[in-house]
Amino acid sequence: MSEQREVKIRVEDLTLIFGKRKKEALELLEKGVSKDEILEKTKCTVGVNKANFNVYKGEIFVIMGLSGSGKSTLIRCLNRLNEPTAGKVYFQDYDITRESDKELLHTRRTEMSMVFQKFGLLPHKTILDNAAFGLEIRKEPREEREKKAMKALETVGLKGYEDQYPAEMSGGMQQRVGLARALANDTDVLLMDEAFSALDPLIKTDMQNELLEIQNKVHKTIVFITHDLDEAIKVGDRIAIMKDGIVDQIGTAEEILTDPATDYVEAFVEKVDRKTIITAETLMFEKFTLVQYKKDGPQGAIRKMRKAGVDILPVEDENLKFLGYVRLPDLLKLEETKEKTVEKALQTDVPSIYKSYTVEEMLPLITGHWYPLAVVDEESGKLIGLITQTSLIIEATKFGGKEVDEVKKIANDL
Amino acid sequence: MEKKINVGYYIEKAINVLEESLSGVWSGIDTGISWAVENMNDLLLSVPFLVMIIIITALSYYAKAGKKLFKKEGLKNAGGFTIFVILGLLLIYGMGYWNEAIQTTTLVIVSAIIALIIGIPVGILTARNSTADAIIRPILDFMQTMPAFVYLIPAIFFFSVGNTPGVFATVIFSLPPSVRLTSLGIKNVQADVIEAGHAFGANARQILFKIQLPLAMPTILAGVNQVILLALSMVVIASMVGARGLGSVVYQSIQQNNIAMGFESGLGIVVLAIILDRITQSFANRK
Repeated sequence: MSEQREVKIRVEDLTLIFGKRKKEALELLEKGVSKDEILEKTKCTVGVNKANFNVYKGEIFVIMGLSGSGKSTLIRCLNRLNEPTAGKVYFQDYDITRESDKELLHTRRTEMSMVFQKFGLLPHKTILDNAAFGLEIRKEPREEREKKAMKALETVGLKGYEDQYPAEMSGGMQQRVGLARALANDTDVLLMDEAFSALDPLIKTDMQNELLEIQNKVHKTIVFITHDLDEAIKVGDRIAIMKDGIVDQIGTAEEILTDPATDYVEAFVEKVDRKTIITAETLMFEKFTLVQYKKDGPQGAIRKMRKAGVDILPVEDENLKFLGYVRLPDLLKLEETKEKTVEKALQTDVPSIYKSYTVEEMLPLITGHWYPLAVVDEESGKLIGLITQTSLIIEATKFGGKEVDEVKKIANDL
Repeated sequence: MEKKINVGYYIEKAINVLEESLSGVWSGIDTGISWAVENMNDLLLSVPFLVMIIIITALSYYAKAGKKLFKKEGLKNAGGFTIFVILGLLLIYGMGYWNEAIQTTTLVIVSAIIALIIGIPVGILTARNSTADAIIRPILDFMQTMPAFVYLIPAIFFFSVGNTPGVFATVIFSLPPSVRLTSLGIKNVQADVIEAGHAFGANARQILFKIQLPLAMPTILAGVNQVILLALSMVVIASMVGARGLGSVVYQSIQQNNIAMGFESGLGIVVLAIILDRITQSFANRK
């Protein structure tokens, strides 16, 4: 699916080395010498080491890493606030690293705007003038830029504050101004460098929600830097994890959590509350046996159960719509009474869910019965997977299978 | 002790060469400064004393009270100083030194303007260019530590006696703080604001005029304040080469051993100094 999406920013082998003997260091890096050895030999620090990734149009691409991982250096290569030592940054197939100074200024003015951790507001200008700063640099007439800035301030919920000064505002509000300044420029790309990291936890959550809300309206392509994995998971469509200047893994939050590429990523994601991230799609098994409501009588259903080695099976109708479950003891009774259909054994009062359900949402649905959770397609109602209660509880608690059986047994005895 | 390195000889030679080869330049500077001083002096003296006292008082009040001109707070901030200004100016007038005080003020203003016209751009240059900074910094040290009297000698050499050598020496003496504080102000502008400017595509000019200079303004204005005070202190010394004003009265009273005249004119300088300092300082401190 992702191959069909339009690539907005393409980064190829992007490398940035700090220090005087860059050439030497780059040669060593090509040979595969480690970062520490390069530092020892050339006194050069490798900030970013051959980063490769695509940012798709309209997505929030998060680059996550601890301080010193090179994430802020990397985002500054995208608009060349830091000059890359080697590699390419394509912006809509246009190589930014080869732009002249004049072209670069044009790109910065019209193609990408940035939001900073420390806000970077001008203390001598009013909120309105601050929001209009990018447009002022672009030499737009005052009337027009004030109109656009007002609109941007409205978007971030700062209407009525336009005549105040940054010093009169709280950190959260100042960052809203920073965001408005970037939005007022109306560029396709937003670069957000630890934009919410300096804020109080509560304000931070507010701002994250606000960003997602705004993104729903404006559909920008956002590159978002953070050191906070929870934040990365919350705002990011895809996440790149960086360590020591190297991009370790790129993927959705779920991909990274369920299949960490390196030990580092694994250690990182260990502490995350997986319950809110892991979805039904990951947990479900898709190779299940189905009972056809019209075709299979009790006997056919019993045969299918024996073959699959289970005592519960899902049932679908002729339109492939999921109906419910049948259990072995009920079917045996029906067989004795020579019933032709499984209708009387069908349990329709069972939970069905969509594949976007998270573990947290699924847990309350498994109390009071033994049925697996049926994952159905949102539109057609077709069964696409089953989640056993055991696998769900293992995921939620990280207990072993045996312990879960015990817990379930105790629970049912009560 | 025998003189082994004859630095003075070479400097004298150099000054001689400068005097001869650039005589056109010196006479041009002399004409310009004399013209500025005379016209400004005439202008200030053409204003009747009472009108002048009202103007200066109003300016002082405005400087201190700021935007709260007609509010209680403004009166509280500016009231005391305004009364001091009125009494001080009346004292100078009463002692009979009004004309001299105006002459001194003229010399201070002309010197300070020249010093700032040179100093602020040089300060900007040193802030942005480390090579220029490395060259200019020791020159500033030299200008500030060399005893001020020493400048008077080449000044007479170039311009003979009068107001011009006074202004020349005063400019040299009072120039350094404007360079230093302008440079300091620009260097102290927070890096993240500058970075934001770059990120939005500001060019070097826009960074300077839209970010660095406005944010450095309080520090630059503190430099202006320093320049004016140094100029005032130099004006007394400049009277030794024929600059007129309160300084020449002080100089005269030293020669005549006249205690009364010395203290009166000295007091006049103190009053002028306080008024100029407070007014420029409150502009610098204003947000």
